[in-house]
Amino acid sequence: MLTKEIVIKTDKLTKKFGDFIATNEITFEVYKGEIFGFLGANGAGKTTAMKMLIGISKPSYGKAQVAGFDVYKQTEKIKKSIGYMSQKFSLYEDLTIKENIQLFGGIYGLSDKEIELKGTGLINKLNLQNEADKLVSSLPLGWKQKLAFSIAILHDPKIVFLDEPTGGVDPVTRRQFWDMIYEAAHHGITVFVTTHYMDEAEYCDRVSIMVDGVIKALDSPGELKNQHNAKSMEEVFIMLARSAKRGE
Amino acid sequence: MLVLLGLPIVQLLIFGFAITTEVRNANIAILDNSKDEATQNIIGRIESSQYFDIDRTVKSSSEIEKAFKTGKIKLVIAFQPNFQNELAHTNKAQIQIIADGTDPNQATTLTNYVSAIIMDYQSELNQQNSVPYTISTEIRMLYNPELKGAYSSVPGVMGMILLLISAMMTSIAIVKEKELGTMEVLLVSPMKPWLVIISKVVPYFIVSLINVATILLLSVFILGMPIQGSLLLLIAETILYIICSLSLGLFISTVSDTQQAAMLISLIGLMLPVVMLSGYAFPIANMPIVLQIISNLVPAKWYIIITKSVMIKGVGIWGIWKETLIITAMTLFFILLSIKRFKIRLQ
Repeated sequence: MLTKEIVIKTDKLTKKFGDFIATNEITFEVYKGEIFGFLGANGAGKTTAMKMLIGISKPSYGKAQVAGFDVYKQTEKIKKSIGYMSQKFSLYEDLTIKENIQLFGGIYGLSDKEIELKGTGLINKLNLQNEADKLVSSLPLGWKQKLAFSIAILHDPKIVFLDEPTGGVDPVTRRQFWDMIYEAAHHGITVFVTTHYMDEAEYCDRVSIMVDGVIKALDSPGELKNQHNAKSMEEVFIMLARSAKRGE
Repeated sequence: MLVLLGLPIVQLLIFGFAITTEVRNANIAILDNSKDEATQNIIGRIESSQYFDIDRTVKSSSEIEKAFKTGKIKLVIAFQPNFQNELAHTNKAQIQIIADGTDPNQATTLTNYVSAIIMDYQSELNQQNSVPYTISTEIRMLYNPELKGAYSSVPGVMGMILLLISAMMTSIAIVKEKELGTMEVLLVSPMKPWLVIISKVVPYFIVSLINVATILLLSVFILGMPIQGSLLLLIAETILYIICSLSLGLFISTVSDTQQAAMLISLIGLMLPVVMLSGYAFPIANMPIVLQIISNLVPAKWYIIITKSVMIKGVGIWGIWKETLIITAMTLFFILLSIKRFKIRLQ
């Protein structure tokens, strides 16, 4: 536990939209191979913070490094080192599974050989052999989400960012989805995940809870429950989020 | 909401003002080497009518074609030499009316106006005289002697179809990716944003080119409309216009969040002005001054002028450099505006 490699490091990272401070001087570190839960109510500033980290939004001030690269100057390098899955299901519905794999593999600069190899592996792992040439739109939502996650880590990124990946998915599929997250983390991929589901927060190695643009708490779920004398993460969250002034 | 409430007002005003095939203030040129009382009288009548503005006088018949190519001359009235003498001594004189046949409807209307004015003059003369004078008018439709409708509809259709395909389809395609969330994934990927946009735009560029080829082949081989000028120039200008339309589509995609919005903006913001204000269906010269000014903002107006000049009149780049420059400037403007809006979105 002493020689933890830091993969994300922020220092007073801030984003303002006019007078509105969406993300207010957040400072935290994420270690290699951990599952980092990034919690907060709607409008707490999670998505804004995440957008700065994945290089599609420029911070107002503060410092941040992702995979060792600066979020101001090295966004191109950051983009190559990360995977991303948004809360909107984000594969091309009008392409087949194989075509989606080829497209995103190509976009992330994999060679045809690698795409063929990894694509086959992915399809076998998800048991989609019979569906590989079918349109993604024909898959049930749970499968789509698993496929989207698999494609997001196809290029072996250092970090994968998941923005509310399990919205609208049934509990069984969610559980299966988390198994995939564990496996990725086991292979050394750092997982940065935002979620609304507090049971999912329990699965994380460490969680941060954002309220009104500020990180109110950051620790392992067990430690947080101890500190707040709570039975579940849900109680911890409600205790912290109650002070929120921003509406939904 | 604003669109829904404002739409009938805008439509009514535009239709009310623009839908009239009546032509006013058409620019014409005069060839009068007699400069006698009779010709001055006729010219005076023409000038004082609300239909014509005398833009210039030409000195020889060789200058006539030049006037059509360089200026916005719709019609030339050429008096025969020694007009009054001929009229006095032989009781006969001739006036040639040469109209720009690229717009058959307008050309017919204008020549009718001139003929009527001359007939008026003739009957007034005959009231004072026992021997009847005959002023015969010879009408020539330059560029389009058979007054084929295709000469005006082909450029118009090209201006419309290309804008529709390029601008509307591009904006819808990009906004669709925004809606589905795939655009976000692409922006997070190492692919450069401009490369993402280019790859969205290229298919429609190719579709537009195929359309151009189809339209040109059909108009030459089926409608019998020759391409007088340089085909290369026509294609180059068309590519410029397609790029202009694509950048307009790009801009629309940055201001709309849903596919419906993109479609609505394209249809109302592009189709309506193209049909109404491009000069394809209704002459611009007789619109209210406000609409005339607005019509300058419609890229299709300039493209239609270019196509007509190159295809029908055989004009080279020197005759249309101004229009080319305007479309180029519009293209740059839309691209810069899109980039700016795109950056604001990312911040």
